[in-house]
Amino acid sequence: MPDRAYRAASPGALRVEPLGELTAIFDRRSMQTHLVVSPMPEILGLMDDVPCNAAALTARLAAAFDLDGEGDTCTIIAERLGELAAMGLVERA
Amino acid sequence: MRHSTRIAVGPVQFRIGSDWAAPIAALDQLYANYPQDDARPADATVRLFAARPWRRWLRPSVHIGGDFVVPDALPLPLSMGLLAAEMAMNLQVALGWRRHMLLHASAVAKNGRALLMSGESGSGKSTLAALLGEGDWRLMGDEFTLIDPASGDALAFPRAVSLKNEAIAEVAARVDPARLGPLLGGTPKGDIRHLIPRPEAIAAMHEPARPALLLFPRFGGQTAVERMGEGEAFVRLTEASTNYVAMGEAGFAALTRLVRETPAFGISYADSAAGMALVEQLWDEALR
Repeated sequence: MPDRAYRAASPGALRVEPLGELTAIFDRRSMQTHLVVSPMPEILGLMDDVPCNAAALTARLAAAFDLDGEGDTCTIIAERLGELAAMGLVERA
Repeated sequence: MRHSTRIAVGPVQFRIGSDWAAPIAALDQLYANYPQDDARPADATVRLFAARPWRRWLRPSVHIGGDFVVPDALPLPLSMGLLAAEMAMNLQVALGWRRHMLLHASAVAKNGRALLMSGESGSGKSTLAALLGEGDWRLMGDEFTLIDPASGDALAFPRAVSLKNEAIAEVAARVDPARLGPLLGGTPKGDIRHLIPRPEAIAAMHEPARPALLLFPRFGGQTAVERMGEGEAFVRLTEASTNYVAMGEAGFAALTRLVRETPAFGISYADSAAGMALVEQLWDEALR
């Protein structure tokens, strides 16, 4: 599977409110509410308007959260990125 | 419409028209002590009408209409005209109200703070609210509670309480019979009898109350209390709100604020006495 690149939604598009173990995200463009759990909020928090693929994101997550970044972490992050894109919370670059 | 009346319940001014006199007379009796303001424009219009003109006389059945309609709502026999009126009023508010976030929840208040109880039909939220409202609580509403998106306060919607089945005898034993409407037997929801809220609750219906406790009651089984996280309370309240989607970001903001600021619990109880004791205990702990 190619390691696709994504970028964050434009600034101000999402309103993110942590609610305990869940995080509620209001998408101002679609008016939809999304409920996500870790690592989705962490992924969104580490993305910006510069295209970023799963490998780069895994490295950022490893640095930010002291993960070893080995094994299948990168595959899992790629899957989560695909899910965030399906919800419209990140965009294909 | 041949017969009509106006009723103000909390912030909602209803105009109700009917092809028949009986449902309007029954409403006028239930809402006789509510404040009247005929000059105020109606927020919601309810119509009870005969499907065909001759149906007004022959096997009369009541259709529900208004600003919003449910296409497959069955007509009810005229003897259930009061229930038809109640359902129509609920429908107009549930589908049409935009000024506040509407929660399918009962509410009572004490010392300016509100207890909200949300649950399915049969959870006992209405009965608990009605019984607490006969004690030292102010009944804010047995069915709907409005949340002001700007302040986060709960606003009352103290319509006549719709007592169902076993709750009828339980409440009737404690109140002046003059506060009870006619018994509507064998409706699609079982037996129904309306209770007029206490005069203090009606007089205070425009007073907001800051939510202090959020309960999700479940009638039946052993007494149990389970603390509910903010996320689960949020999910449950989006499901319990009839206008969450229509409210957009204002609804999102109001609901996130509500679940963050208000402790929430799921409770199970075997009977009303156990339920009320649990409510009082959790209320004391929440305000400690």
